[in-house]
Amino acid sequence: MTLTEKILARASGRPRVEPGDNVWVETDILLTHDVCGPGSIGVFKREFGQDARVWDPSKIVIIPDHYIFTADRLSNRNVDILRDFAKEQGLPYFYDVIDDPNGSWTFNAEVGQIKRQYGSRYQGVCHAALPRLGHARPGEVLFGTDSHTCMAGAFGEFATGIGNTDAGFILGTGKLLVKVPETMRFYLEGAMPPGVMAKDVILWVIGDIGFDGATYRAMQWEGPGVGSLNMDDRMTIANMAIEAGGKNGIFPADKATHEYVSERTTRNGTKADYNPVELDKDQKLIFDKVYDLSKLEPTVAMHPNPGNRALAKELEKVKLDRAYIGSCTGGKASDFFAFAKVVKGRHVKIDTYGVPATSDVVQELKETLWETQSVWNVLVEAGVKMTENASCAACLGGPTDTFARLNAPLTCISATNRNFPGRMGSKEAKVYLASPYTVAASALTGHVTDPREFLS
Amino acid sequence: MAKVVTSPVYVVGDNIDTDQIIPAQYLTLVPTIPEEYKKLGSYAMVGLPDELYPTRFMVEGSTEAEFKIVIGGKNFGCGSSREHAPIALGAAGVEAVVAESYARIFFRNSVATGELYPYESRERLIDICRTGDIATLDFDNDTLTVGDGTFSLKPMGDVRPVIDAGGIFNYARQNGMIPSKG
Repeated sequence: MTLTEKILARASGRPRVEPGDNVWVETDILLTHDVCGPGSIGVFKREFGQDARVWDPSKIVIIPDHYIFTADRLSNRNVDILRDFAKEQGLPYFYDVIDDPNGSWTFNAEVGQIKRQYGSRYQGVCHAALPRLGHARPGEVLFGTDSHTCMAGAFGEFATGIGNTDAGFILGTGKLLVKVPETMRFYLEGAMPPGVMAKDVILWVIGDIGFDGATYRAMQWEGPGVGSLNMDDRMTIANMAIEAGGKNGIFPADKATHEYVSERTTRNGTKADYNPVELDKDQKLIFDKVYDLSKLEPTVAMHPNPGNRALAKELEKVKLDRAYIGSCTGGKASDFFAFAKVVKGRHVKIDTYGVPATSDVVQELKETLWETQSVWNVLVEAGVKMTENASCAACLGGPTDTFARLNAPLTCISATNRNFPGRMGSKEAKVYLASPYTVAASALTGHVTDPREFLS
Repeated sequence: MAKVVTSPVYVVGDNIDTDQIIPAQYLTLVPTIPEEYKKLGSYAMVGLPDELYPTRFMVEGSTEAEFKIVIGGKNFGCGSSREHAPIALGAAGVEAVVAESYARIFFRNSVATGELYPYESRERLIDICRTGDIATLDFDNDTLTVGDGTFSLKPMGDVRPVIDAGGIFNYARQNGMIPSKG
């Protein structure tokens, strides 16, 4: 069996499963946030009763992250719905925006978007925060009310996005009916050359198979090349499985995985034991292809979809109005370090915005010194408008006062994950997806730029 | 009882993603709150670019679309996992989408909520139909008739009774999989 089949077999109490089987699986973690949490809670209460109790409070993780730093009244209310539910059900893993469990959240528009407005528990983008908080473990089943839930496949678990109704069902029962997907294997060899990042790997592959090329399927990453990718790299790749239509992306767990998971579960006091699945020799694959990482080049997905591939060097004529770095895909500390490496000592030519994925990325950028200067200041001095308010921000547009939202038909290069019309705001805007290196180099020149000329 | 829907159709292209079906700024609305459910319907398909879709799906200010059938191409409903997408269409009065293929989560959410029937076509109907054409969708025979042409659609199989029941909760109760509401 493949990794996905082995996990789903175990979670459904069967010796084996085949692609196409519909099986009821036990949920290890249910993840939700401010956009889909209130609706999922609404379904749970409607169907199981106003006084119903969730199936297991320790398996529910709620991370508000989408529409937090906005004066939109409904958005603020939605965070309060989450708080009320966490209190009512005694949920230990609700990472609130504010510290007062009896308070209510109101964004202060006068303080503005740049300065920190959250309390000590707040995390930021759920997919980036979940593993850092020790909620991602090899061999487990993670369901989340967000399509990028597949990011946690980096840790050798089955992780996929679901809707509110399915989430409401899990809240009451802990179970979900899942169709076992066929598995596509992406066999990696070599290591990424200078100037190439994990984002280029996944953009290249999506361009190859098409952005519906993995619909209903598992994308399994294997081969000696996996060992050269750190956990952040694997997260970036697993994150965008959905951008090929995939049900999940998954990497086998190795030493790097176990070290990361052990450190994070210890730090946050979450469940430390888990049972990983190992690769079998006899796997039935629907697709199998070898990719040599050393041959890849900086890659871009052009407007209007993530499969519309070109090389950065082929797009030098594309003029840009804006550059953006942030999101689960591209807002990790390693993404900002890469970005800073390119812009250090230089100045951006177009409006450039930076939104760290999580609050600890903010802290890490401020505490990491390059010579005597913090990386945060390297970015600010280069002209990047950095906010301390970690969140999904303009990656998915959001309410019109969202930081860096494309409120006009601009052309933007972005380290995020999706570029359908209207994704970042205006439906006339054009979004080009690229790696943090490529976004940084393009911010310096004002047109799509191969970053390698700035890295030698 | 025969189930037939006759209505003008609304025709869209390939890869209609959830941001076009319901733009992210409206995800502040919680679908289980009745007045917000209705509001979601009023924003159905407003993310479609104006120049490509001069006939708008929703008349501004209304909560019900005149189109009960949406005809789509490949990969309908791709992108985010937001259940708001099938819900917005269902709230606007859409009974069925007939598309060449679907993104996984949209299909699943349509079934789980019972908001609409996601039919798969055998032909590329978006090249045959035009917005405003009157069509008849025959659920018993799995056909769509537009003008002189009758097109056979792929039967929905196991998911059909779930949608007939009004979503997974009703279906699970009818079949004794979860207890009835007390």
